[in-house]
Amino acid sequence: MKRGLPIVLIVLVVTVVLIVLGLTVAGPSSSGTVGLVRGSALPGFSPNANTPEQALSNFLLDVQKRNWDRAFGSLERTSQALTEKQFEQEWTGANGGLRSFSTLEYYDARPLHATDSDAQMRVRLHWSTPVGPVEDVRDFHMAKRGDQWKVVWNEAPRPNVPAEVVPVNYLRWDLVTGSASGSEWGAHNVDAPRVRILSMNAVDTAEGAVVMGEVVNEDTIPAFVNVNATLVDAAGNVIDDETSFDKILHVLLPKQVSPYRIDFPKISLSKVKNVRIDTKATLVPASSDPVIGVMNQKLDEDAQGHAVLHGDLLNQSGEIVNIPHVIVSFYDNNGKVVWVSDGYVEQALLPQSSEPFAVELPKSLAGKVQNFHVVVNQYSLDKS
Amino acid sequence: MSSSINTASTNHRLAVWVLSMAVTALSLTAVVRAQDVTLHAPSNAVAGSAAKIESTGSGSATFYLLGPSIAVKRDVQLGQEIALAPKEVQSAGRYVAIVCAGSCTNADFFVAPAKPVSLVFLVHPSRAPVAKSGLISGVAIPFDEYRNMVLTPSSVDFQLSAKSGAPVSHNVETRDGAAWFRISSGKSAGPLEITASLNDVVARRVVQQVASDPCHLRIKGERTPQGIEVETDPVRDCDGNPVPDGTIITFTAKGGGETSTVDAPVKKDVARARMTAKGPVVISAASGVVMGNELHLGGQ
Repeated sequence: MKRGLPIVLIVLVVTVVLIVLGLTVAGPSSSGTVGLVRGSALPGFSPNANTPEQALSNFLLDVQKRNWDRAFGSLERTSQALTEKQFEQEWTGANGGLRSFSTLEYYDARPLHATDSDAQMRVRLHWSTPVGPVEDVRDFHMAKRGDQWKVVWNEAPRPNVPAEVVPVNYLRWDLVTGSASGSEWGAHNVDAPRVRILSMNAVDTAEGAVVMGEVVNEDTIPAFVNVNATLVDAAGNVIDDETSFDKILHVLLPKQVSPYRIDFPKISLSKVKNVRIDTKATLVPASSDPVIGVMNQKLDEDAQGHAVLHGDLLNQSGEIVNIPHVIVSFYDNNGKVVWVSDGYVEQALLPQSSEPFAVELPKSLAGKVQNFHVVVNQYSLDKS
Repeated sequence: MSSSINTASTNHRLAVWVLSMAVTALSLTAVVRAQDVTLHAPSNAVAGSAAKIESTGSGSATFYLLGPSIAVKRDVQLGQEIALAPKEVQSAGRYVAIVCAGSCTNADFFVAPAKPVSLVFLVHPSRAPVAKSGLISGVAIPFDEYRNMVLTPSSVDFQLSAKSGAPVSHNVETRDGAAWFRISSGKSAGPLEITASLNDVVARRVVQQVASDPCHLRIKGERTPQGIEVETDPVRDCDGNPVPDGTIITFTAKGGGETSTVDAPVKKDVARARMTAKGPVVISAASGVVMGNELHLGGQ
């Protein structure tokens, strides 16, 4: 017992030293990049907000820990109409949107400008979501009140969707498979929908080869479409085989066109002699509702200098779209598809309301792009 | 010494000669007995009908019947007819009858399909765009009641009747058991009923003739307090058939450096969309790879 005491004391002392070091030397303000704050803190510790970085760090850690009372209480609100519930929903999402299934993993913050009394911080929020990591960039206005800094929350609360009756007369296709008793050969044949690859383009990127293009449903019935690509080398051997996965509008209504993109990570096109494209289309029940308009699309540079196509999704129907997914094909001046991008919208798209979206385009292609085509994939919880 | 040797050699040769003669005599007897059993297979056997095999000889023997889907073994009396039950010859094709009594004798015969009682009728495609040359094809294969393909040439009558137009008939003789046709789709959308008949056997299929790609896609629109309401004229193909409801029309409005698009489905021949744009805009429509006219609307 007495022999073990020094070891216990050493462990205790080392632990205390590490805690002190963690709070002082390796704290949020001393991350790898100068001026960059990275989210991390020991649970239960909340240092004084005597700098804008510290105030923002405290706030975001409360958000990360879902400590809504303290996060909401620490804000300086410009709109008194904002309730804590609305503030919470801004971070946790609602109506089965992607944000509802997301967790704030970490964040990077950098100051845009700062004076003695106010500061502007740009934060890159890294969310982990069921569809993979999602980045969200937000600007925060910080103000000094007394000797403490505060986050100024100037976002207006989301308008409530008014109660209304939306007439529904959309079309739907059901699939009748026929009875088992009448199993006469050839009596129940219904052909698979006819789909056609409109274009295909293969490019090399830093991450690997990318095969992309567009596919059209030429039939008069809905089709569930998947595009597969096989890379073949000069000797005729298969290098890799991938599918379009979520980078395609899978359910194509009659005459609908969808972009597709197939990624081949860590494969260079220099090794590839042939690309075999194969579409698989099956007959599925579908409905033509909801109709989602894609408004105010504009190719711009965002605040970070990235080429971004942004716009607004407008749900023109009476059904909630839980997770809207935007897929864009970008064309050059010859009408050739030069890139396909996609992005998920984190908030659910409520009936008769709109949500902004933004999809990034590689900077090297921004000058080439002359036109684009946006389609919206929608996941509704009650349909899955 | 030598004499005695010669005597022994002569005796040995005699014994061998006697033995070989005895074996030859026995062999000849066996051959004669085997040649006594002959089988006369039926020359016109029909699937599912009883048949008989005549046999010669006497005594009991073992009978084997090997067919496309059967193998039978039973004892029979030689010299009597061997009866084949209808169940034993249900499959058309080559059969081998074998009788073994000491040695074995066999005979081959063919069982022909019975008369056709059903038609397998395959028609492709199930949906055919109008006015496409040689698009619709069908093949009819007659089968008897035991699912044997009937190979004897027979005449299949194909009747095609669409909602508009008089029925058309094609009479086609089966070749190697199949009769087929290939035709172009009509100019009017709607069901095309196709029947194949052989004697009193009839099979019926329906091909949906559907509108082809939209043609002369035209749009009109106006500004309203809610935005721009835009709609197509009734969307039809080049033969005047209305495109099916649900066909997607993509409306695109360009103006002020911004673009708005709506993928709207056709409902009752017309697709409608609501768009938001304040300044002057140029609105166009497309369906698949077909483009429509452009519509210029001034600012609000």
